[in-house]
Parts: sequence; C-alpha cells; structure tokens
Amino acid sequence: MDLERLEQTGPWAWRVKREPGAPASETRAEAVLYGDAGLLRSMDDKVLEQITNVARLPGLVGPALAMPDAHWGYGFPIGGVAAFDPEQGGIISAGGVGFDISCGIRCLRTNLASEQLAHLAPRLADSLYRDIPAGVGVEGELRLSIAELDAVLAGGARWAVRRGYGEEAELEYVEERGCVAGAHPENVSQLAKKRQRGEMGTLGSGNHYLEVQVVERIDDAAAAAAYGLSAGQILVSIHCGSRGLGHQIGTEFLVSLAKAAGRLGIALPDRELACAPVRSPEGEQYIGAMNAAINCALANRQILAHLTRRTFAHFFPDARVETLFDVSHNTCKPERHDVGRKSRLLWVHRKGATRAFAPGHPDIPERYRNVGQPVIIGGSMGTGSYVLAGVNSSEARAWSSASHGAGRAMSRHQALRQWQGRQLVDSLRERGILIRARSMRGVAEEAPGAYKDVDRVAEATEGAGLARRVAFLRPLVCVKG
Amino acid sequence: MEQETSAKSFSYFEHDADVGIIGRGETLEEAFESAAAAAFAVMADPRSLRESVEVPLSFTEDDIELALVQWLNALLGAAHERGVVFRRFALSRDGSRWSGRAWGEPWRGDLERGTEVKGATLTMLSVRHTGAARWEARCVIDV
Repeated sequence: MDLERLEQTGPWAWRVKREPGAPASETRAEAVLYGDAGLLRSMDDKVLEQITNVARLPGLVGPALAMPDAHWGYGFPIGGVAAFDPEQGGIISAGGVGFDISCGIRCLRTNLASEQLAHLAPRLADSLYRDIPAGVGVEGELRLSIAELDAVLAGGARWAVRRGYGEEAELEYVEERGCVAGAHPENVSQLAKKRQRGEMGTLGSGNHYLEVQVVERIDDAAAAAAYGLSAGQILVSIHCGSRGLGHQIGTEFLVSLAKAAGRLGIALPDRELACAPVRSPEGEQYIGAMNAAINCALANRQILAHLTRRTFAHFFPDARVETLFDVSHNTCKPERHDVGRKSRLLWVHRKGATRAFAPGHPDIPERYRNVGQPVIIGGSMGTGSYVLAGVNSSEARAWSSASHGAGRAMSRHQALRQWQGRQLVDSLRERGILIRARSMRGVAEEAPGAYKDVDRVAEATEGAGLARRVAFLRPLVCVKG
Repeated sequence: MEQETSAKSFSYFEHDADVGIIGRGETLEEAFESAAAAAFAVMADPRSLRESVEVPLSFTEDDIELALVQWLNALLGAAHERGVVFRRFALSRDGSRWSGRAWGEPWRGDLERGTEVKGATLTMLSVRHTGAARWEARCVIDV
C-alpha cells in the first residue's frame, strides 16, 4: 500500500487522505486504518480502495475502519469494520458480512498440562483427524430433515445442547448466549437448507482448522486468571462457520441486493457492497436469514466442541474440556454505542473482525466482566495464536472491535508456487507441530509464510488500543480440511 | 497455472484471500463453461474425476456479468446439495434464459481434495468480448 495516500494520526492510526477534487458529497466519507507502517505497507492497495468504498455507503457513522490484519477481500476488506445508523438510512450489506456468515473461533480450555499430552500427541492427532469431519465434500454424523434444520436456525447452540452436544452452562461463554434473536428460518431458501443437511458438525476447508495449543506465555496475569489460563496449559481452538447454508445465503442475497440497490436509490461504489437499508423489506429479509446463519454457525461449533471433548475423554477420562469463549468474526449486529454524548443503536459490520467489549459490558459473562471480553487472534498453523481482552479505548476507536487473525500476506497461488504440502507437514513435525489434513494442496495454501507476522498484528492491535494481549498459544496439533 | 481443453481454456489471477478465475472460449457460453471448470478444479483435479452423474440446471438473468455469478453459484449449489464434484460443463442461452448441464461424480475416499469453493463473488467481475471468436469471463471465488 502506498503510504503517501495516508495521513498518520497516531502511532498506530492512519487516515485516508481525501483525493484532490473529490466531490462535496464525499466530504463526510472517512476511512481509518490501524497498524504500523510495515503492516500497512504490506497491504494490497485494494484494501485502501475497498475501505474507501465502504466509507461511501449510506448512513455510516464515524469512519470506515480497517484492523491491523486487514487484507484484500470482496466488497469490504477482510478486517473491515463499519457502523450504520438505521435512523439515518443506514444499510446492511451482504458483502459486509461475507459468505461464511458467523465464521468464528470456539476456544476450549482444558485442565491438562503439555507434559501429559507429549507422548500421546500423535495418537490424539490421528483420533481428532478421524473424529472431526473436515474437508470439501465431507459430511458429518448428523443428517437432518428440513424441519430439524429450521430448529437449528432458530435455536443455535442451544439446539445443539438440547440434542446432547454439550452442557447448558457453557452457553454463558458463547456470544449471544448461544442463540441470536431475530432469526427467520423461513427467509432461508430450500437449497441453502438442503446444502446444510449433512454439514452440521463439519469443519470445512481453506483456513478452517481445529488446533490443540499450549499456553506458551502469559502477558496479563490478572486477565489470564479470570479466563482460567496458565502457562503450559492445553487449549483447543476450532475455527469454522455456517458451512453450506451460510455460503448459499450469502450467494443469493449478494445478487438480489445488488439488483435491488438501484431500485432503493443506493449508488454502489462496488457491486460487491450489495446492501439495503436496515429499515426496508429487503434489508429485513436479509437480516432474518443472516441471523439464521449465525445460529447455524453457533450450533456447528457447539457440535464440534462436543466431538472434541469426546475424543479427549478417550485419552484423558478425567480431563475437563470447557468453553473459554466463542467469538464470531463475519457478522452484522445491532449494538448500542456512544456517539458523542448519546447512546445510539448502530448496526456494526465486522467482516473478518472480532467484537471486543470493554470491561464492565453487560454482554460479557460475569466471570470475565472485570477484565473485558476474550478476543482470539487465530494465527497460522506454524506460528501461534493470541488470547486478548477487550479494552475501554476500543469503543471510541473501533466500536469495540479488534483483529481476528494474522491476515494473509500473499495469495493462495503464490503460496502454491512457494511451498509443497508434504514438505511443510514434515518440517512442522520437526518443530513439534503435527498436521493432519485431507488436502496437501490446502496445507500449501495455508503455509505459515503466507500469513502476516501474528506477533506484529497482536502488538499493533494492542498499540492501537483495540484489545490487550493476555496469552500466546503455540500450536501442537492442527487438523485441517 | 493454465489448463487447456480444446478451444477453451481457464487460468487464475491473484487475490489475497480468495481465488480469481478466468474462463475463455470462442463464445460467451464457452467462456462460462471454462470459468466453471476453473472453479471446480480448485476443489478436485478434473483429470481424476469420472462422469457418473449428470445434473441439469437453468436460470434467468438479463445481465451477462450477473449471469456468470448465477451460473457458477447454481453449479456450486447443485454440487454441494448432491455431494458431487463436476468436471465437465455445457451451457446454452436463449435471451435471458440459460440452460446448462454438468457432469461429474460423488465424492469418494480416494479423491485428492483441494479447497472448498463457497461461492462466486461480484469482485473483479467482468465478461468481455476480447476479439474475433474470443470471450473472457472472470471473477473472484470465495474459498
């Protein structure tokens, strides 16, 4: 990215300069990017173009924002955050949510120490690979009727718990307590439901994973204590979303909202930003379907968490495998935020970005409320991940949002030219990281070197005042599709 | 990466998070067929696939760029719904009515799997007549 097009407004904040001769109608459009010069320089110019386009959408409140892990996406950049006021014609954008609606991370903490795992790691890796359905074309152990799927879309993770996948108490640690309100399964097409019938409890492929990790370093002792984390402890992170149902909803609404934009009087700077006013029949139709997909994703991760627990119980009958937290990072949600001195209801898009509520927020589980919401930055399979905590400054800077991952530094095809899957698996094994994957091509595409430096992303996230680092997690086992 | 199938061909272009596909052909329909081949080759090597399943599909679309997205998404939806992967495609057009067929097989255990394609996006979407008997269709697919 050409930094000449940005004005640095703080050590970690950059504002997009207004183009000379820009029309007066665009004077309110403002976009802010967070990160250091190195991170921003490594971003594609398309990030700048995309976040500037987001800033032109109707009803935007404050600037359009790019997190430190931002990279070129479709419509919004990945790592894009934008809030809209429905009382001012604010929109909801299918392109601002993405195809993998409510993709997110379920993080499980165990009472196991890394020494207990060491000699069993290869067998545990094999069992997780066998027990966790992953990869393109792979179905799960459930085959649901359309009526049962409607119950999933209405009930979310609560549905899964009712079916025996997990405990009621852990729903406290899932966003929305496991079920988002406002889901309308009737807004979801039959094809979307048919695609999902065999995909509940599946991981998918691409950048999705299940990873067994060890807490390598504690950065914030008080927050770590509240989260139940200690050095040497084993955690499991599960990264996946709403599978075929979400993909189909995204597909269908992207086209229908792009077509509707002209009729609704919205000039789209990029058709991929297909949107409709929140307060419109088209907007409400999409919101009902999107919320159904969020519940689908919450249920999916609940099932996968339970399957993981079952596998661990085979090796460690006395192990406790509890939900630390479950965060989504492809969503749009109505939230109350302070704008000036007024509290307003805004619809906050986070496309590849995570909610990061500050200490004291009522939506944080009581156990964590004094230290802030857990935020998870998922890194590549060869580097590591971070647990962070929400901070007060993030509310004014990013509507209480933070980075969600390391962020890609190069395309999949560039990665395929540089690495071979089998060689990566072998070299990671020598470093004590066991990879189990159905696709060697997928491993090469997801090579650790294809991602930004997660340490710098986490440092920038903290430096920019979006969240503070609590613990660093090193991967031990990674199951991929 | 370039794949040739008689007069038709497909290739890929760079995109940070996802995959850009380009389909080419002597006609608009052939270019769309090539784009479909590019999308499905991300999920499985077409040379290793059999043609035990044939799926018909149709849709209505006036806008030829949106028609590319509709075509790819109809194929992806049909494939994922049936648990199959396609290797060959045929498309015809009568005004805004499009009729297609796809051939492939159900996923089997010994198939080398690539990366799942979630859907076709409107990003970098273009359908162009690039010269005599030469069409090109491109977009980014989400993986």
